[in-house]
Amino acid sequence: MSIALHLALIALLLALAFWTVVARETFAAVAGFVSYGLLLTLAWVALSAVDVALTEAAIGAGLTGALLIGATSRLRKTEAAARAERPGRATRVLAAIVATAVAAAIAACVLLLPDPGPSLAPEVAQNLASTGVGNPITAVLMSFRAMDTMLEAIVLLFGLIGIWSLASDRYWGGRPGLAPVVEPNGILAYLARVLPPIGLVVGIYILWVGADYPGGKFQGGTVLAAMWLLLLMSGLHDAPAVSQRWVRLALVAGPAVFILVGVLGVFVAGAFLGYPEGLAKPLIIVIEVALLPSLAVTLTLLLMGPPQRSESSP
Amino acid sequence: MSPAAPVNLTTPGGLLLVLAVLLPFAGVLLGLVLGGRHAQRVAWLTILLGIGVVLAITRASLGSGASLVYLLGGWAPPLGVALRADGLAVCMMLVVAVVVGAVGVYANGDFGTPAGQRETRAALAFWLLLLAVWGSLNLVFVSGDIFTLYVALELLTFAGVPLVALDGRAETLQAALRYLVYALLGSMFYLLGTFLLYGAYGTLDIALLAERVGAQPVTWMAAALMTAGLLAKTALFPLHLWLPPAHAGAPAAASALLSALVIKGAWFLVVRLWVDVFPGIVSLPAAQLLAALGASAIIVGNIVALRQARLKLLIAYSTVAQIGYLFLMFPLVQALNATQQGNAAAVTGGLLQAISHATAKAAMFMAAGLIYSTLGHDRVADLRGAGRALPMTITAFALAGASLIGLPPSGGFLAKWLLLSAAIATAQWWWVLVMLVGGLLTSAYVFMVVVRAMAPAAPGWSPKKQVPGYQQAAVLGLALCSFLLGLAALLPFDVAQIGRAVVPLVGSP
Amino acid sequence: MNAPTLFGLCAAVLVGFGLYGLIVHPQPLRKVLSFNLMGSGVFLVCAVIARRGAAAGMGGDPVPQALLITAIVVAFAASALAVALMLRQFDETGSSSLSNDPGPAPAKPAAKGEA
Repeated sequence: MSIALHLALIALLLALAFWTVVARETFAAVAGFVSYGLLLTLAWVALSAVDVALTEAAIGAGLTGALLIGATSRLRKTEAAARAERPGRATRVLAAIVATAVAAAIAACVLLLPDPGPSLAPEVAQNLASTGVGNPITAVLMSFRAMDTMLEAIVLLFGLIGIWSLASDRYWGGRPGLAPVVEPNGILAYLARVLPPIGLVVGIYILWVGADYPGGKFQGGTVLAAMWLLLLMSGLHDAPAVSQRWVRLALVAGPAVFILVGVLGVFVAGAFLGYPEGLAKPLIIVIEVALLPSLAVTLTLLLMGPPQRSESSP
Repeated sequence: MSPAAPVNLTTPGGLLLVLAVLLPFAGVLLGLVLGGRHAQRVAWLTILLGIGVVLAITRASLGSGASLVYLLGGWAPPLGVALRADGLAVCMMLVVAVVVGAVGVYANGDFGTPAGQRETRAALAFWLLLLAVWGSLNLVFVSGDIFTLYVALELLTFAGVPLVALDGRAETLQAALRYLVYALLGSMFYLLGTFLLYGAYGTLDIALLAERVGAQPVTWMAAALMTAGLLAKTALFPLHLWLPPAHAGAPAAASALLSALVIKGAWFLVVRLWVDVFPGIVSLPAAQLLAALGASAIIVGNIVALRQARLKLLIAYSTVAQIGYLFLMFPLVQALNATQQGNAAAVTGGLLQAISHATAKAAMFMAAGLIYSTLGHDRVADLRGAGRALPMTITAFALAGASLIGLPPSGGFLAKWLLLSAAIATAQWWWVLVMLVGGLLTSAYVFMVVVRAMAPAAPGWSPKKQVPGYQQAAVLGLALCSFLLGLAALLPFDVAQIGRAVVPLVGSP
Repeated sequence: MNAPTLFGLCAAVLVGFGLYGLIVHPQPLRKVLSFNLMGSGVFLVCAVIARRGAAAGMGGDPVPQALLITAIVVAFAASALAVALMLRQFDETGSSSLSNDPGPAPAKPAAKGEA
């Protein structure tokens, strides 16, 4: 991309971001944010971060967008009351000064960073072969800094435990979300019949190529989550009760396999999360395959919120 | 680092650090799958094993007299991630294990699931979150990588926020949300600082950063951003507004975890950064500013605590004040560094303050919980009868209070003694004044509560509920830990300074 | 001025926008939205740093890029938790606010705005 295109992209991003902050209606702001998120993926591509672009499109724009749109429609009644709370001029001026100062300081830092920047790319390249995978980002995520990735899966699970813990006591063990209403001939139901098989294939494909090309379990897991969400929203499938044993097993299976493979490394490779010579790639794939369904279930349920009707609810 | 310190080799016993983090997390996974009564059993099994692991870490650390190190996956930094435990980390892990154990005993009463009963929301969530807090804190203490520390902070936030809203009342939901907003803002600042440091120095490893950082604007900005973010999470004045409603509204066992332990995670990280990573970067005036905020917290927190009508809010504001003491150490460390005497006194003083506050505050919140159960309320003006009904608990409250005030031989006394001596040695007498005034104000409200609780009950009054003896014993045990901690000065060795002999100043050979 | 620097300056402004929104908007939902905006600015700083570290035939330093993927996922979990909290608060009280006074109950006048 040429500098002119970059400038245009930046101008659009800033305009949408500005809109997101100043829009009067929350719904308009959220709509601006979702478009902003989609445009942002172009910025990642422009910065040669294709894996990040995929993640941003799937999670940053897609799932977060869905989450915020859902919340906006539920909270619409509170808009007017909130507007009455709007802070006075003094607060706004002060906030503007603080925000400008922070932005200016960051801008100065960006200009002052050493050129060329320090990089671990040569070291990653040097050790890439021993991990057996071709995508350097997958090597970082699954080998050099595998601990972070393991913890990240656990973070998601903690988030879900936190969300579930907000349930009202009488619905504990029940199903999240509203009771499904099926419109068998609606467009949603149609899509929900057609898309999921395709999405399943795409999700698994994204996981599979992630070893050597951009992609991986988070992006693939999000696609699977989106397909399941489609089924849930169309009413063709009901959300499972949180007390179901299979749900809980599905949630912990991925992190548990990750930990077990890590512990295996202590015995066969001399270090926790280490892989023995020649077996790195198969073990990495074992972890990713185990994580994929767990991530899909976790991401979907994060979006569905706490249980809010009894298990026997239709 | 001196060439003698092999920071990038796994040491014997290093694997224990992995266990200290992983065991509680594995407990969360297992507890979630089994659910119901089994979650509590899994939690107890984990607590017992976890205490064993922490004791083994202490033994290994004392045995070798050096930091324990573990290279995850066998990859050395800067490519890989190292876990390291110096004396500070070992001490913090020990106190967290003790507090988690005591809170666990106490929680058997409030969050037990009797045989034959269905799984309940609050009980399952509590036991899982207890383990989650523990594992996250251990990770904060041992992680040697500033990005892994970011993940650790997020884990801690996600474990802490739901604890606030555990009993589901509307105002606790609001308190939890406010806490989350502060915490998320704090994380973003911290993360930005992390990225800037990587952009300038090409590593996320604490030991390597300490060698590489230079006095330049990007470093200052990163230090400022990370510190500001962490202060929001620690609730240092004036970023403390989220804390009192959050800590006071949670169930007693959860309040104890939040007030005693969770806020210490972010504080510990400030210490790591200021003392170990940026000692030559941060200036004395910056450290003075940090301590000035601490001093304001001490004065404001204590005065507001005095005016509270409800016991749990009083204790929560007392936490706001005690956090202030934790930040008085920074200008003392800076000034001691400059004198070449070594900063041990100030660092150990700060650490002891954290430890004695952790044990004392957990005891106080749980004592307040027992008082609430017994009286049916926690209005400070109307505590009479509590002393008769709960003699052990009121004794515990008084002992914990003595530690907060800083009476000998408590841990609080030793901590304040070390800080006072360091302040005098570096001619910063004004911090002495703040500590003395803070101690007086603290003694006023501790005294007020104890005197009112000792008043005889109204005739014909009977406790609303009999609290189990083991709950009272857990509270008293913790309070005694805090009260007798000062005797640690008599120990023949200084655990806190293990692996900390060399703190390189930038520019020094 | 090269592309990474331009995006870096853009990121600085995005953080500023997000921070401003986070401070001035009273509604928790708008705060979460602003938090995500600020987060994207922070992430963009990281992507710029990764791009500047392009070496060894890679278009960017893979380490910060990998960190970004982790951070994006964590930020989503944070937003989900925040949204769950505000929806529960709304279910319990009929309002979504962070200020202590309950404020005007969302009675009839409030309904006008949504028509």
